[in-house]
Amino acid sequence: MKSEYITGNTSVNGEAIPVVSTELNTKDFLGAVMVRWGINRDRYRVNPGIYAVGSPGPGAEVFVSANYKLSFDSLRKNLQGKNGWILVLDTKGVNVWCAAGKGTFGTKELINRINIVNLDKIVSHKRLILPQLGATGVAAFKVKEETGFNVHYGPVRAADIKKFIADGYRADKEMRKVNFSFIDRVKLIPNDFVYGKFYLLAAMAVLFLLSGISAHGFSYRNFQDEGGSAILKVFLAYFAGIVITPIFLPYLPARFFSFKGFYSGTIVFLILLLTRSAGHNLFEILSWFLIITTISSFLAMNFTGSSTYTSLSGVKKEMKISIPLQIGFAFTGIGLQIAEKLIY
Amino acid sequence: MKELVYLPDVVTLNLCEATCNGCGMCIKVCPHEVFELSGKKAHIVRKDFCMECGACALNCQVKAITVNSGVGCAAGIIGGILNNTEPTCGCSDSKAACC
Repeated sequence: MKSEYITGNTSVNGEAIPVVSTELNTKDFLGAVMVRWGINRDRYRVNPGIYAVGSPGPGAEVFVSANYKLSFDSLRKNLQGKNGWILVLDTKGVNVWCAAGKGTFGTKELINRINIVNLDKIVSHKRLILPQLGATGVAAFKVKEETGFNVHYGPVRAADIKKFIADGYRADKEMRKVNFSFIDRVKLIPNDFVYGKFYLLAAMAVLFLLSGISAHGFSYRNFQDEGGSAILKVFLAYFAGIVITPIFLPYLPARFFSFKGFYSGTIVFLILLLTRSAGHNLFEILSWFLIITTISSFLAMNFTGSSTYTSLSGVKKEMKISIPLQIGFAFTGIGLQIAEKLIY
Repeated sequence: MKELVYLPDVVTLNLCEATCNGCGMCIKVCPHEVFELSGKKAHIVRKDFCMECGACALNCQVKAITVNSGVGCAAGIIGGILNNTEPTCGCSDSKAACC
């Protein structure tokens, strides 16, 4: 099947190499929006192999990318007006950094792909430009040993490629640095929001069922009076963990993400308290405080995986301290919830 | 905006300056400016900013750098414990999506 971003072919040594457009169209844009919402995310791929941008000759640069279409699109868009080659590795549809962490954007696949496309027959030089974040999976000196190609680590962001080339293949400090700006964080929210939907529904179901408990068994009236409110509270806790925490990440006190989530859960709880919606008595109010902050805290802890600055050792330490607290909070909260129903 | 930093004194990054040949590759690949080059040797200057991605150690030809690298991802660690594997985020699996 011919993809829309392929505009034609160029012939090298009798082999046709697809030429790709450097303009993103509406379909590329919509595809990107959908992927951000987790739709079609695992199938948003391009075929691994070699592509041409503009009308490259044997002296043109080779840029290496992943076969996640979002990565590929961001590269070709930033090569507008350039002649070059794009070598797409098979990263199973995963972006450069994550794939490098797993090793699929890695030394072995790069060497393999160079050989499959006969790169030394396409270009006359020995230079490869890799996104810097690919370095987690690629040992440049090994690629040199095996293929003769010199890996040059470019900037972190494709948007800096032109400047990188203009500066004589040098990435300055800013180009090399990974940030985690407000925009970066907001972009991640939709996917995380959709990703946890089953946990959300499960938690809603549990609290809904609990709301029906009374001293005389399940009570239809209790469901009617409290069920909706229980579902709303769980949703707000989810919102605190998945939306409020990432947005205010730098401003929430504490370094543990789980504690940051505890605070954003507390904010939601305080709003409920001030609007007199947190519960009818001390037991119920306390139980909701524990349940809401636990849910928010746990979800915020999972945001460590989306962040760009947490280490494995750090997250392990955080979990060792936080998970027992979360379990304690959750059991106490649910226990109080049941006790309250049976007493009052 | 202030720069985000995670926990102090947990990172496993180590650099043997005696072995270092001063090639500067670690500086080029580090996404958090952890290293600096002076006196023809690399030095760790911002250890707490390290996220243990492992790019420096992998690209160090003389093996002067060691780090216990992996994904700093709670869901990945939980998944690793449940499946009895290394911590791994589910980026390439069909359902998971942590980074």
